[in-house]
Amino acid sequence: MYTYSEYDDAYVRRRVAEFSQQIGRRIDGSLTEDEFKPLRLMNGLYLQLHAYMLRVAIPYGTLDSAKMDQLAYIAEKWDKGYGHFTTRQNIQYNWPKLPDVPAILEALADVGMHAIQTSGNTIRNVTADHFAGAAADEIEDPRPVAELLRQWSTDHPEFQFMPRKFKIAITGSPNDRAVTKAHDIGLRMVRNEAGEPGFEVLVGGGLGRTPMIGQVINPFLPKADLLPYCEAIVSVWNTLGRRDNKYKARIKITVAENGMDTFRALVEERFAEIRPEFTGVDQEILAAIEKEFAAPAFRNAPAEAYDAAYGADPVFRSWADTNLAEHRIDGYAIVTISLKAHGQTPGDATADQMRVMADLARRYGHDELRISHEQNVILPHVHKSDLPVIHAELLRAGLATANVGLISDIIACPGMDYCALATARSIPVAEQIATRFDELKLEHEIGEIKIKISGCINACGHHHVGHIGILGLDRAGVENYQITLGGDGTETAAVGERTGPGFAYDEIVPAIETIIRTYLKERESAEERFLDCYRRVGINPFKLALYGEDAKGRARAA
Amino acid sequence: MARAFTPKVVTANDLIEGDVIYLTEQDQWTRQHTEAELIEDEAHAQLRLLFANGQQAKVVGAYLADAKAGPDGPEPVHFREAFRAKGPSNYAHGKQETRA
Ligand code: HEM
Ligand code: SF4
Repeated sequence: MYTYSEYDDAYVRRRVAEFSQQIGRRIDGSLTEDEFKPLRLMNGLYLQLHAYMLRVAIPYGTLDSAKMDQLAYIAEKWDKGYGHFTTRQNIQYNWPKLPDVPAILEALADVGMHAIQTSGNTIRNVTADHFAGAAADEIEDPRPVAELLRQWSTDHPEFQFMPRKFKIAITGSPNDRAVTKAHDIGLRMVRNEAGEPGFEVLVGGGLGRTPMIGQVINPFLPKADLLPYCEAIVSVWNTLGRRDNKYKARIKITVAENGMDTFRALVEERFAEIRPEFTGVDQEILAAIEKEFAAPAFRNAPAEAYDAAYGADPVFRSWADTNLAEHRIDGYAIVTISLKAHGQTPGDATADQMRVMADLARRYGHDELRISHEQNVILPHVHKSDLPVIHAELLRAGLATANVGLISDIIACPGMDYCALATARSIPVAEQIATRFDELKLEHEIGEIKIKISGCINACGHHHVGHIGILGLDRAGVENYQITLGGDGTETAAVGERTGPGFAYDEIVPAIETIIRTYLKERESAEERFLDCYRRVGINPFKLALYGEDAKGRARAA
Repeated sequence: MARAFTPKVVTANDLIEGDVIYLTEQDQWTRQHTEAELIEDEAHAQLRLLFANGQQAKVVGAYLADAKAGPDGPEPVHFREAFRAKGPSNYAHGKQETRA
């Protein structure tokens, strides 16, 4: 785990002091809201529907128990006893009061955390595969590179006033769990013919109102070239990007308007210019960071306790079957703790639950926790013999829901329950879908499926890349939900296709049920996943089931 | 013919707590939609909004929202305003706590 240097600590404290004064001047009336708003956004403080919201970065989703404990403390002391983990590996506090924000930021700084660049037209929190450093399929832990990118992008003088926000995601595995193809820059670790690790660089992916899948700008970039190459990309976009129109400002539009060949040529030209300025200092820094991410001291112990519990306890078995993933070390497992209890808000954890997770990490997990973009918490390094105890403690804390990757493991943005930009609610839709399929006892039979819900066109809930995507809109003053099918956020990324006209608030859960029943009827076997079945049969059987014989007519009218 | 004016309330967020607030006839800010001044005239609405915008040290982002008369006072028209007046639906937080 990376720990702040003296420089980092001093920088963060300076920013806290500066922002505290700005808050003071806002409260005493010397700053107007127009003057204050850009300042608070630079520090991750939004004003939502009912209250302020503070967005705290969890760089590349990695935490230790001290950080998690502190997030719990903040939730209890200054919020309403819970926090909301987001698809961008941030935590959002929904109820801070303006005068308390300096104290919250101070408490974050105490554990090496902050809310800087979690908003605004800057390079945002660099997100990473939540199984980094643990996954069996990984080439190398991508987090040292993510930390290098974080240091480079934080307060980078050239990149504070860009055309729009900029998001980078990174994975060290061929199986993409970090949605790299839906980011402004996606970095996927690959090996060249000589077997050396480097990066396939993707550019121009993004969701929002114009969803696009990232394209390869460079099939193999040596690790040593990473910073200058990323700097070249951002700098070309910073110059070309459409500042005249915020809907055309993201790099995906710049790449689409100029064409990948032109864009690549400009990046190569800029890269050639700046490469010599990177004299190797960045590589020395990277080497030092890599040391901080050294693998924990894994132990070699028998796993009989695990086998015994697996054989004897059906509740444990069901949880083990859905919530564990393969670890690169024999005898170890990756545990996903579901924050998707049926009927609860996806991604929310109470302060008590945060403390339980911190404690489990401390006692059994080499003091590591991760936040996934799917709004769950991961214990990346757990010896199998400890799993029965962990499961028992999770059960007591209401954290043992066995549903990872299933229909109730839904991503949902805050929607109109909190977000000022929302056009419809998303949280209650997620709650009702989860509750409905739990009642039907169909969840395990349906198998792997990803439902993702956004409360407006901005797509914070990743609906475009959900196997089933739900987008909440305002149609003539009532909530209306559009459905897309066949989206995919992995290495085989695809944007979902719309089924047709949307559904009213009380029609959306039955519509999802219709889709699922159609899938169960159409699939060749229980092994054929929803997405594979959809790819084989296409959208028509689903349209027919949703809209009946007039499916075509209604689709045209939409 | 000029379009009929839809009645309005002036609403904003409280500077300190962020909570949704409404302007009353007595130039006070209230947390309850039903206590807001229901404005039936366009010119008066603009004046009230100007007044609200002058209260920089108390409120953020004042605007006019459609409303209609109800038995207990003004009621929201659009569902977004109804959610603002009520609080989030996943927890009984915000106004729902203070009212209980
Ligand atoms: C007050 C709350 C929020 C506001 C105001 C907000 C605002 C926005 C806006 C305006 C966009 C569109 C950007 C564009 O297309 O250029 C966006 C995209 C996005 N946001 Fe949010 N968001 C909020 C909460 C969240 C939350 C809670 C998450 C995580 C669950 C999130 C994750 C994302 C993601 C993943 C995207 C799409 C990726 C992309 O940038 O293309 N946001 N957000
Ligand atoms: S998708 Fe829309 S409603 Fe949901 S959090 Fe983003 S901006 Fe808000």
